[in-house]
Amino acid sequence: MGVPLLNASGCLDPLTAPEVARSLDVVVTKTITPLPRRGNPPVRIAEVEHGMLNSIGLQGPGIDVFVDDHLPRLAALGVDLWVSVGGFSAEDFARCCERLDGDERVSAIELNLSCPNVEEAPETAAELVAAARAATTKTLYAKLSPAQWDIAASATAAVAAGADGLSLVNALRGLALDERTLQPRLALAVGGYTGPGLRPVALACVYACAAAVDVPIVGMGGVVSGRDALELVAAGASAVALGTVLFADPLAPGRIRAELGAEAAARGFADIANPSSPLVVRTGKNLQTDENDTA
Amino acid sequence: MQTERVEVVANEGVGPYRLLRLRRSRLQPGTPGQFFMLEAPGRVLPRPFSLSLAPTRELGFLVEAIGPGTRAIARLEAGEEIRVTGPLGNGFDLSVRRPLLVGGGIGVAPFPYLSERLNGPPALLGFRTAHHAEAAALVPNAEVVLDPTLVTDALPDDPGDVLACGPAPMLDALEGLVPGAQLAREAPMACGYGACYGCVVERDGWYVRLCVEGPVVRAGDGAV
Repeated sequence: MGVPLLNASGCLDPLTAPEVARSLDVVVTKTITPLPRRGNPPVRIAEVEHGMLNSIGLQGPGIDVFVDDHLPRLAALGVDLWVSVGGFSAEDFARCCERLDGDERVSAIELNLSCPNVEEAPETAAELVAAARAATTKTLYAKLSPAQWDIAASATAAVAAGADGLSLVNALRGLALDERTLQPRLALAVGGYTGPGLRPVALACVYACAAAVDVPIVGMGGVVSGRDALELVAAGASAVALGTVLFADPLAPGRIRAELGAEAAARGFADIANPSSPLVVRTGKNLQTDENDTA
Repeated sequence: MQTERVEVVANEGVGPYRLLRLRRSRLQPGTPGQFFMLEAPGRVLPRPFSLSLAPTRELGFLVEAIGPGTRAIARLEAGEEIRVTGPLGNGFDLSVRRPLLVGGGIGVAPFPYLSERLNGPPALLGFRTAHHAEAAALVPNAEVVLDPTLVTDALPDDPGDVLACGPAPMLDALEGLVPGAQLAREAPMACGYGACYGCVVERDGWYVRLCVEGPVVRAGDGAV
């Protein structure tokens, strides 16, 4: 398998694009909340320089309809499935995790602790992780926001609270104005900024967290090529998620997987394609050796 | 879902619009009213276009350059390659007895192909200027009205089975005038295949994805 490729939550509906889902190693659902959510009013998306803004607002059927109606159809696809859960309080996270606990169709839960388009829970990320941890024995990935001064501190707290892994990073908040009217292009003005512009931000976050904690990291943010994916791995990610690139290129997983293998081999990391040593180029800590520590 | 890198065969002017002719490759033309996502060179997201023409071995798209993405597509030259994904969404229901095509502006885009498939039904097309109205030459049996006359002013009392595409105010007006009309709507769209939830329209108090539930919707079915 080499470096597992996932989709970033909210960037793929496996039920409308099963062939894209099957081209990934792990499929992550759109974030599920305890109750159904209508989401934000349109206009919801706007392309900007080097990326796009989205303001979807966690539209979804709620955890009960998800488990009863969506999950059987997702399981029928035969893909390794992670469920992203979100909410507006520790209780919300706990409720969703409890509902998924023990469900063999779900191999891990990603905690969306950082949606840029809805109100934040009053608790800290670590408190939300702790509430989720108490509700399930499933593998928990904490998805953190890049919009914080010391993401390594948040990562350390999330791991201490029971996170088994990290998903880095969610979108940054952005605003785009209409060229002529100078009014916001999105109905709710501000949205989540993703795409290539997010790439160096994601790389810095992965790098900082890999040095601070010893759990698997799914790196994501603006990956459009195998080279981009390889850089996240070099900074400390053990898996890579694709987001905005899937909108432009449904064949991106296969292409990026091939490019990643070639880019790694070209640098002498041929073993990246060896399933027994998927982390061979995980050099996040190596980046700090004397030889490379010139910056 | 089919996606291919295809070659630009030609880029021709039609009034103020561009008719972009692409090599068909292995892509199918689909049903009129379905759409394709076209890569916009240098931009992050592709752009949705309904198919205008489906000559043998080609796919033709009518393009109006209104922003950075459509400008990049309108500038494509013969020999260049772009990624094209489609056909996507639901097209027009062609089992109609007395079809009337009603279009406004760049909404004429799906009609050449639609007209061919329906054996040249009457069409009523509205444009801002005579220059824009040059696109009407692509549609047989077309009656043209120009601003300030609206297509809804020229609509017959008994319009039959209306199949429409055009600006939102025109479609909203038809929605009230012609229950059951088929309306090809548009919305800003990132992916075109149900992934992003960006292109929603309201239906019965909920938001549904236009790329999955449309882009052709029925007047009076609760979608606005």
